[in-house]
Amino acid sequence: MRNPQASTLLFELSRSGRRGARLPECDVPELPLEDLLPAAACSNQPLTLPEIAEPDVVRHFTNLSTLNMSVDSHFYPLGSCTMKYNSKRNERMAGLPGLAHLHPYQPASTLQGMLQLLYELQQMLSEISGLPAVSLQPAAGAHGELASLMMAAAYFRDRGESRNKVLTPDSAHGTNPASASMAGFETITIKSTSAGLVDMDDLQRQLDDRIAVFMITNPNTLGLFEQQVEEIATLVHQQGGLIYLDGANMNAILGITRPGDFGADMMHFNPHKTFSGPHGGGGPGAGPICVSEALAPFLPSPVVSHQQGEYQLDLDRPLSIGRVRSFFGSVGVLVRSYCYIRSHGPDGLKRIAENAVLNANYLLSQVEQILDVPHGNRCMHEFVASAERLQKEMNLPRPAMDIAKRLLDYGFHPPTVYFPLTVNESIMIEPTETESKETLDLFAEALACITKEDPQLLENAPHSTPVSRPDEVQAARQTVMKWTAD
Amino acid sequence: MNPDDLLFAETHEWIRLEDTDGEKIAVVGITAFAVEQLVDVTYLEMQPVGTPASAGKEIGEIESVKAVSSIISPVDGEVIAVNEELAKNLQLLSDDPYQAGWMAKIRIQDEAAIEKLMDRAAYEAQCAEEG
Amino acid sequence: MPYVLNTTDDQRAMLDAIGAGSLEELFEMIPPSLQLGRPLDIPPALTEMELAQVMGALSEKNLHVENAVSFLGGGSYDHFIPAVVDTIASRGEFYTSYTPYQPEVSQGNLQAMFEYQSLICQLTGMDVSNASLYDGGSATAEAVLMAISATRRSGRVVVAESVHPEYRQVLQTYFANLETELVTIPVTDGIVDPASIEQAVDEETACVLLQSPNFFGCIEEVEEITRIAHKAGALSCSIFDPISLAVLKRPGEMDVDIAVAEGQSLGSPMLYGGPSLGIMTCRESFVRRLPGRISGQTVDRQGNRCWVLTLQTREQHIRREKATSNICTNQGLFALRAAVYLATMGPQGLLETAMLCTRKAHYAADQICQSERFERVFDSPVFKEFVIRDRLGEVAPLLEHAASEQILAGIPLGNWYNQLADCFLVTTTEKRTREEIDRLAKCLDQAPGGSTDHA
Repeated sequence: MRNPQASTLLFELSRSGRRGARLPECDVPELPLEDLLPAAACSNQPLTLPEIAEPDVVRHFTNLSTLNMSVDSHFYPLGSCTMKYNSKRNERMAGLPGLAHLHPYQPASTLQGMLQLLYELQQMLSEISGLPAVSLQPAAGAHGELASLMMAAAYFRDRGESRNKVLTPDSAHGTNPASASMAGFETITIKSTSAGLVDMDDLQRQLDDRIAVFMITNPNTLGLFEQQVEEIATLVHQQGGLIYLDGANMNAILGITRPGDFGADMMHFNPHKTFSGPHGGGGPGAGPICVSEALAPFLPSPVVSHQQGEYQLDLDRPLSIGRVRSFFGSVGVLVRSYCYIRSHGPDGLKRIAENAVLNANYLLSQVEQILDVPHGNRCMHEFVASAERLQKEMNLPRPAMDIAKRLLDYGFHPPTVYFPLTVNESIMIEPTETESKETLDLFAEALACITKEDPQLLENAPHSTPVSRPDEVQAARQTVMKWTAD
Repeated sequence: MNPDDLLFAETHEWIRLEDTDGEKIAVVGITAFAVEQLVDVTYLEMQPVGTPASAGKEIGEIESVKAVSSIISPVDGEVIAVNEELAKNLQLLSDDPYQAGWMAKIRIQDEAAIEKLMDRAAYEAQCAEEG
Repeated sequence: MPYVLNTTDDQRAMLDAIGAGSLEELFEMIPPSLQLGRPLDIPPALTEMELAQVMGALSEKNLHVENAVSFLGGGSYDHFIPAVVDTIASRGEFYTSYTPYQPEVSQGNLQAMFEYQSLICQLTGMDVSNASLYDGGSATAEAVLMAISATRRSGRVVVAESVHPEYRQVLQTYFANLETELVTIPVTDGIVDPASIEQAVDEETACVLLQSPNFFGCIEEVEEITRIAHKAGALSCSIFDPISLAVLKRPGEMDVDIAVAEGQSLGSPMLYGGPSLGIMTCRESFVRRLPGRISGQTVDRQGNRCWVLTLQTREQHIRREKATSNICTNQGLFALRAAVYLATMGPQGLLETAMLCTRKAHYAADQICQSERFERVFDSPVFKEFVIRDRLGEVAPLLEHAASEQILAGIPLGNWYNQLADCFLVTTTEKRTREEIDRLAKCLDQAPGGSTDHA
């Protein structure tokens, strides 16, 4: 039950003299600090942190947790984010001391179990992607994009080619152009057709010998499979460019089709989406990348190799772009991916894709009776509805936002709204495979009720949440980004 | 109402031409129509004095909570002044967009771009269309 | 299929509602020539019990801090983690939620992020903290990119050789395709000489990048070097050790402009290096150039205090190719862990932790150097890590020997520093006992070595 004291800040709970953790007595000679450290290096101001006893710390954060919606407690059909059930067994496995409490600089001889796991994960991701070489290093999907684009730059430098253009469809995630820009490329946006697919004429116009990479999300952010992907790959390859696949939507195609087979040269996985790593309130994720033979020498270093029965970190990679982060990678997330793939096997992974697509199509069949779905009556793992019609019908200037807020009152986390940018008043719904037909029916019923309600009720929603709509203008104009003592 | 002595760009900037010691100066701002479209402006950042300005290229950015728009230079020249007061008091944009709400002054080096700007009537027609 | 709910009857009813004859029909969008048409070649499915056996066997093959004693550091540390941290972080409402796009049902995450930001500002003395980045290495790269944007200088970045070698490798990777020149300043006696920084900084220099305590554990002259950077119009970017700030001067006290850190030591396990926590702080005036999420305080329609993601116009989902960075998450769960850790430790707990670390480090260095085989390499003051030279120059077999006695004794430095090929880095956290340190010293002293043993 929600506790009204939850929103008291830690700093307001502080009382001088209270404390949580206690440390053992010092068992080595207690030399005065000034004998160990020069006075000039030491702070002469005491540290100000809140002083709180352990029971208060636990109650505070426990109460805060009850102010969140989460996958464990609510249906969370956030399009593009694949908010599926997070396996509890994976949490237990990832916490095993021989997996959680390893130091990154232990000798390989003391890490054979971990290196074996990571090696096998490289092999499995290679098979799932249809691409032969893998780096587990990137820390998130966007980081995988950045690493891959840096590899593309190194690849072209190695071939003595000067190419500076990266193409992204207008429906792409914002990370695509941002990653391209960080890697030193110029970004060019390719239009979508009214059917929601890459506009081939616009693509043809942009193709020349300056193109480095075409970044494609497939299935795309409208939940459609880019059927002409093979033709796109052929055209880009003819110009000497590379295809990058944003793997955010792999949940739809596991075991059905593989990026390497439809022309991708590089891709990232989002293990926190596809392989059910917990999203953690915004992270951590991981962004392993898979690439073709031609790009393999440029992968970040190190990768795990297996020679003469020993697992090793292969650091001898002269063409590698180097490192994109410190240490091996988001190993804690990768261990959960390993568990997830091993728990499902080949048939299980295919069933995931089939049921994710079935659930999405079923929900689409229900939602299209309530809202417009501009891109047809079939989809892959997600679909995009539009609330534009309600602007006039209900006289609401921002109906997608209002529906999202009103869904909160019905106990549902809303879908993604206002993305992709190519659909007005967009509502992007991804139910995932770990939901039942009953849940999908309840969600559709809620949506139907909402569109018949008094518009005033929507504009003022939510009504039952811990707070109502926050004033974002004030937050941006008079920024308060930390607590300060008055 | 848009004052008659201004010229307007398609991207909703206005300029007022001034003559100071024989030099042609363009005072630049954005129109009341643009301010209204941006809804709640939260932040303004102009490029510093000394920045070269070319017609059609960005000389600053204006933000609302979830959008960023470029301030595009309507003329070719160099930024010689920036309205520091405006960044501190964005309310001036709504209250007085054509006087106190000016954003930058540009010393004009090439007058060709001025030819392409609209008068008040043409600009108001454009706004009516975007409406 | 562990987590699929649809029964055969459900599937039939759903296909009927869709108007499709079969599951296969739903995949007609994918041209048949592109379909795999065979099962994936991966191992067959395991039940939970079988998975536990497989994972248990993999786990048991590794040495770890519960079956060995670790003196490894270099950016990843075996610090104490109060049970409270695991209890809170394993609440499903935290770890199965996502980025707080809907603030009305994310106040728990948003308030925890705000508290994290406030605690990090208290710890560092800096004006502003974001809600975290991936790790210390990428936070370092982001700090340098931010300095370039804030100064509008992209010619040169001056980097101390004593900055973590992997962080410097990350910088090199990030800058391989950009125009900026990275100039590395060598160390003398374990730290960089301010005079050599002064020579390297020119009018096109965006920032000077230091780490203190640095990779060798030594404390740099951050204040002096910050003055030099500022005199040249450059920024001072500094990497700190969060635990050390209970004792050492904080970046904010030393006029540092952008301060970043690896935050794993604040309540997160080592996890073979990741995921971890990139801490990033800066001056208030640079906040518009700060990458990553920020939680900001505001009020709701009833005037209740609440929190939202703020200044989102900096980010990729709005600004796309002009964003401050491509990053689109924070390390939410690990920032939460850091907040719970700092709240539980409090000022006194953190101070005692820091004192224990430094006293034990000095004790360990003395004990190891009782043996004629070993010597301290640098005289500069250290916090919790120090560099030892093996006069026999047999670092690799020495460390293997220690590992065979379940002691992870140190990190060999030859991989990164040719001139330190006969040296290794030793770390003591507050968890190392005197008995363990004495065992380390004895083990190293008694390790086989020298020409006679290798004849």
